[in-house]
Parts: sequence; structure tokens; C-alpha cells
Amino acid sequence: MKHFITIADLSRDEALEVLATAEHMAQTQSRSIRKLPTLVGTTVVNLFFEDSTRTRISFEAAAKRLSADVINFSAKGSSLSKGESLKDTALTLQAMGADAVVVRSGSSGAAHLLAHAGWIEQPIINAGDGAHEHPTQAMLDAFTMRRHLRPGDPTADLAGMHVVIVGDILHSRVARSNVLLLTLLGARVTLVAPPALVPVGASAWPCEISYDLDQALATGPDAVMMLRVQSERMVGGGFFPTVGEYSRRYGLSTARAATLPEHTLVMHPGPMNRGLEIAGAVADSPRSVIVEQVASGVFVRMAVLFHLLATDAREAPRDH
Amino acid sequence: MTTEHATTADTTAAEATAAAASAGAAGGAGSPAPLLIRGGRPYGEDAQDVLLVAGRIAAIGTDLDAPEGTDVIDADGCIVLPGLVDLHTHLREPGGEEAETVESGTRAAARGGFTAVHAMANTTPVADTAGVVEQVARRGDSAGWCSVRPVGAVTVGLAGERLAELDAMANSRAKVRVFSDDGKCVHDPVLMRRALEYVKSFDGVIAQHAQDPRLTEGAQMHEGVVSAELGLAGWPAVAEESIIARDVLLAQHVGSRLHVCHLSTAGSVDIIRWAKQRGIEVTAEVTPHHLLLTDENVRQFDAVFKVNPPLRTAEDVQAVRDGLADGTIDIVATDHAPHPRDAKDREWDQAAMGMTGLETALALVQLTMVDEGRLSWRDVARVMSEKPAQIGRDEDQGQALAPGSPAHVLVWDPRPVRIADPDQHASLSRNSPFAGLELPGLNRLTVLAGRPTVRDGEVVER
Repeated sequence: MKHFITIADLSRDEALEVLATAEHMAQTQSRSIRKLPTLVGTTVVNLFFEDSTRTRISFEAAAKRLSADVINFSAKGSSLSKGESLKDTALTLQAMGADAVVVRSGSSGAAHLLAHAGWIEQPIINAGDGAHEHPTQAMLDAFTMRRHLRPGDPTADLAGMHVVIVGDILHSRVARSNVLLLTLLGARVTLVAPPALVPVGASAWPCEISYDLDQALATGPDAVMMLRVQSERMVGGGFFPTVGEYSRRYGLSTARAATLPEHTLVMHPGPMNRGLEIAGAVADSPRSVIVEQVASGVFVRMAVLFHLLATDAREAPRDH
Repeated sequence: MTTEHATTADTTAAEATAAAASAGAAGGAGSPAPLLIRGGRPYGEDAQDVLLVAGRIAAIGTDLDAPEGTDVIDADGCIVLPGLVDLHTHLREPGGEEAETVESGTRAAARGGFTAVHAMANTTPVADTAGVVEQVARRGDSAGWCSVRPVGAVTVGLAGERLAELDAMANSRAKVRVFSDDGKCVHDPVLMRRALEYVKSFDGVIAQHAQDPRLTEGAQMHEGVVSAELGLAGWPAVAEESIIARDVLLAQHVGSRLHVCHLSTAGSVDIIRWAKQRGIEVTAEVTPHHLLLTDENVRQFDAVFKVNPPLRTAEDVQAVRDGLADGTIDIVATDHAPHPRDAKDREWDQAAMGMTGLETALALVQLTMVDEGRLSWRDVARVMSEKPAQIGRDEDQGQALAPGSPAHVLVWDPRPVRIADPDQHASLSRNSPFAGLELPGLNRLTVLAGRPTVRDGEVVER
């Protein structure tokens, strides 16, 4: 692996390998001294064209726990807000000697472009590009699911599992990456959304599509992943009549959550609109693993950085 | 309009020589030397010699004698066509000289085998007044690489709000006959109706960029399987088809001429076919890139493939080829849209839309239509020279290869195969999506009014 751009680039074995490394990383993080010397002397740049406190901090924590130096380069208050192009930024980072660039952009394909346009040679990690992909989010979701649904088996895939992903599929890079990764790992995926929020062409995806949340929940899925309604992306408007109607049809209310089997996980990539796509009580309920997803994010991102940057990445990470 | 295509095989060499001599005597010091195109195949049919004297075709026949001082071109195995006419070119001047100028764009046109281009109106300032269109025409004349026919804007500033002074442009020295807000759609149905009605008085035509603006807000690529996967906002086929359907009905209602720019979908072909069956006076164009490329080309997020209308599916490519082959689509037009490197070296959604095309157009038509057996070379003359000139009401261009016709001639060797290299193009811009592709054919000779503008692929400097 040279870059980490899209789940579509991964084989099943590679995905499982990253998850296995993430398990190793998780074990090291329960010790009293959590910092590993693996990436001493390397510099990781967080290049965030889009605001994202959560993902940026997660990558920053992951890099620091591997002893890398971290430079944050965010849109606000930098040359990026003055209209500097991706190309000029990339050339600058190359000249400064960054060892890897974590990039978040509102433009689909930005990470791919950075990796392949010839402006910068270093490994590129996609921290979310437009409505295209968010591959580390999918990895952390799979990691979290596996820990709960296949406890005690850190080499397992997700064969036989059924995951329901609900909400604004059209604008969701999380949904795209998850459809690819979960099916790669053997799970069955059902997307649930109002028709206007399902992309034209999604019928070619390796998943089922439903417009009826209650019907999907009645199948007793192993995990239900609620997506944030991204009102800021609703170009053209009118995707649904009102927030109230959306919430009634597609929100995970307390009553709906009560119909789920006991083992069913409730997930959300955050940030949540409590009361819109998910009831606060459900987000805080015992079946919710939303906070755990955040912790998993650090382990998974440590694993990705390790695979791309560590000179001994071919071997298992050593305990120090 | 010329309807006869008879090449005068019976013209004798003596007559030809006499004609050459008298024409030569009449010609002034600025008159180009006579040219004899030896052994080429007019319209790809039987080999004939073509003699050009004093800006006109003097004779076509076998074993023509060359008058003294004649430049003889060995065209054995080459196709001889009337000079190509592009109904849809963005020359970018005034205002976009970083991307292209009239000079560079017409050099590119000549290299592509064109002897006339129609320069689109979306310049800065917009070509919406007699002053701007006259300036563009004058620039074309002084550049001298091909005839430049300015296209006038339909609405002031391309804003889609009120009609520009179409009559003033029509009656200017630029003699504008084609009006278009290309780049933008005349989407207001009342305004479109009025424009169609208004141009009837001077036999003009409205060339519509068919794109419903509300259905394409923020649109980045064809809406379908690939856009769903890439997470790019979709440009649905219906946004083009609904406007075309409306416009053909409007054209029928008011009895006007409509031209549909860069038609790109299977549904659009069906609508045009239906309209023609009903006798509606509509013509349609397809670009070379829509004859070959598909939305699958977008997967690498290389903005050189970003264009408007977007690259469609393989089924659409098949449909526009079928439409061009059966005459539903009247012409091929390049939509040559040069952009400076910075406008393309960007994230997909921030990059400019458009591709260069003048220097690869005929190669693409050969590759996708002639070599596939879908069009004869005579058809190529029709779709790339005769019909575009007729739509633009240009009586000097697109004439039959026959004695007396203006000497706008292309000699095309269909045999060589070369790797397309935008760095070698005469266009100032490099945004060709065909870079690295093996393309057939070589422009052996392009003649504008008797004077060679291109030889063996390179422009002839004066």
C-alpha cells in the first residue's frame, strides 16, 4: 500500500491486515505508556480544506501516539482560505519535507488527485473527499462491529452480518466507503433513505436499497448505522419536505430502536443531529457504540499510518 | 446551396490550362501560385487531379497539365475534401487570450483541416453587439488562417434576460447568421420563442446549448452509475432532452430554424429524429469527443475529461454514432474549448469545463465513423463542411469540389497513425482528452482561397 485513498483499492486480505494491525494498536493503548516510537522522525501533515475537528484530532492523536511530528494545515486562517490551489499547497508540502499527507476536502477525488497528479511523492491518506469516500471511517466502523459481533476473534471477517445504513446516502462518503468495505468483508448491506437521497445509479452497488426503515429494521440487522443529514450540501433543495417528516419516516426513534434485537448495534459517524436522524436516548443507550467508534478511529488511523510509513510495516508492529 | 456533386472528369487538360492561364493573368501580385493536387481521391472516390487557380477550383479531371509555376502536390492515396467548417469554436478572444487567440485558434483550425470556424460568443466582452462581432471577424481576416464567422449572443451578456441586438449583428460587416448563448441555455421559454421568431427576418438560426439550469445546479458529470460511485453531482440526460423537446416544439410553432449544439444523449437523438419526421426545421450537432469518450473516463478525476455537456455512457456514444450515420444528426462540430493549464490542474469540481478539439476532429471522425464503416468520405464532407456552412448560411464555404467553387480544399491522408500529443498543437491550450491515443490520418494540405495554410501537418508560415 502506497496510499490510502479508496476502499476500492483494497483486497480483502489487505483490509483484514489493517484491521489486525489496529487490534495490535488497541492493545498497546491500554498500557500505562501509550506512545510508540514507531514513526519517530517522520512528519505527518493534516491538510484540511474542510472543517472537521473530529477527524483531524483523531489523525493527530494517531500520529502522535506513533511518535510522528504533526503539522496541521487547515483552511481557516491559512493560505488555503486565500485561494491557494491544491497544486500549490502540494508543492509546498513536498518542499517542506512532509512524509505523509492526510487530506480532507469537499471535492470528490481530491485525495486521488494529490496522490496521482505528480505534485507530491509522499503517501496520501484520504480523510474524506467530497461525497466520494472516507475509507478510514469505514475501517473504524468495521473494526467496531467486529469487536462486538465477533468477540474474541480478531482475525474474523463480517461474513453473515447484516448492516443497515440509514439517511442521506446521496451526499455520504461514509456510506460509499462502508458499502465497499462491509461487502468486501462478507457482510450484507441495506441502504435506507428517501428516494431523493439515493443516488441515481446506486442500483449498481453491491447492496440492497430500501425506502422503508421499519421494514429494514424488522429484518433484525446486526448493526444500524445512522447518517448525518447534511443540510449544507442540499444544493437545489427540496430533498424532503420538512425535518419533521424526515425524522418521522427515517429517524431512529426510541420506539424504533426498541424493536431491534438485543445484540443490534447502533452507530453514527458523527457529528449527530440529535432529534433529527437519531433520538438522543438511542444515541446514549447501551446498544450505542458511537463513542467507541471514536476510540476505534484512533487505532485504525494508527494502523493506516503504520502500514504506509513504518519501515518494518511488512512485519507485525513490535511491542516496545 | 449547391446540390450537384459532379466532378468534371470530362474537363480536358487543355481547357484546364487555358482556365489557369486566364485566371493567372487576371490575378494580381497577391494571387497565390496555381496548385495541382495530383492523384488524390475527391470524396474518397476515384482518383482525380484537382487544379486550383486564383482562389478557385479551375479543373478536376485525370492527367491535368500543370501550368507553368504550378505547385504540384502528390496526393496519391489521399482523400480530397472541401475545407472543413466548424460551427462551434471557442476562440476566447477578446478576454481569454491566455487560453486562445483568434490567431492561435485559427492556426489550430487550419491544422485540423478547417477553412472556416464559427467563433462562439462567450468572450469578454460578450459578442452581443455589432462592434464585438466585427472586431472578431476582422481579427480572423488579418490572421488569415481560416474564415472566422462570429456567432452572436442571443441575450445581452448571455444573461438570459433580454434579447441582444440581433439585427444589428446580422447586418454588420460580420453578417452574423448563427446566434447562441452557448455555455448557457436560453432557458426562459418566452425568450427562446422570441429569439426564434426574431431571427426569421434575416434567415438566422438559434443554436441552443440545451441544458436545464435547475436540473444541473452544481452538476459535475453525467448522472448515472459512475457519478453515484464517485460522489460527483449528476448532470442528468433529461436536463438536455427536456430543453430539446421544448425547443423543437417551439420551432415548429413559430416556423423557425433551430440548431441544437453538442447533442449528447440517446434520448436527444430520438427527439431530433421524431422532430425531423414531423418536418420541423431542426439541425443538430455532435462533438468528436461524444463520439468516443464515456463517463468511465472520469474515474481518474482528471479534469481534462470535464466537459459540458458531460461525457455520457457507452449506449449514448452508440446512439450518437447511429444518429450521425443515419442523418438524424446533421453535423460534427468541435466545441473546441481551450483552457489554460491552471483551470484544469484542479480538483474536479473546481476545474473548468471543455476540451480542445480542432486539431483532432477529423481523426476522431475517421476513427469512430469512417474506419467503422458508418460514414463514407462523401458523408464526411457533408457533416463537416457542406451542412455546417449551410446552417451558418455561408455561401463561400462548404461548396462542392467542382470547377468554379472557391478553392477551400483539404487533402487528408487517412493512412498514417500517430500518437496524439497536445504539446505539438498550435492551440495555446493543452486540454486535449486524446493525449496519448493513436489517431489516424494526416493533414497533407489545407488550402484557403487557393493559398496553402497547412502542409504535411504543419502550418505554412507567411
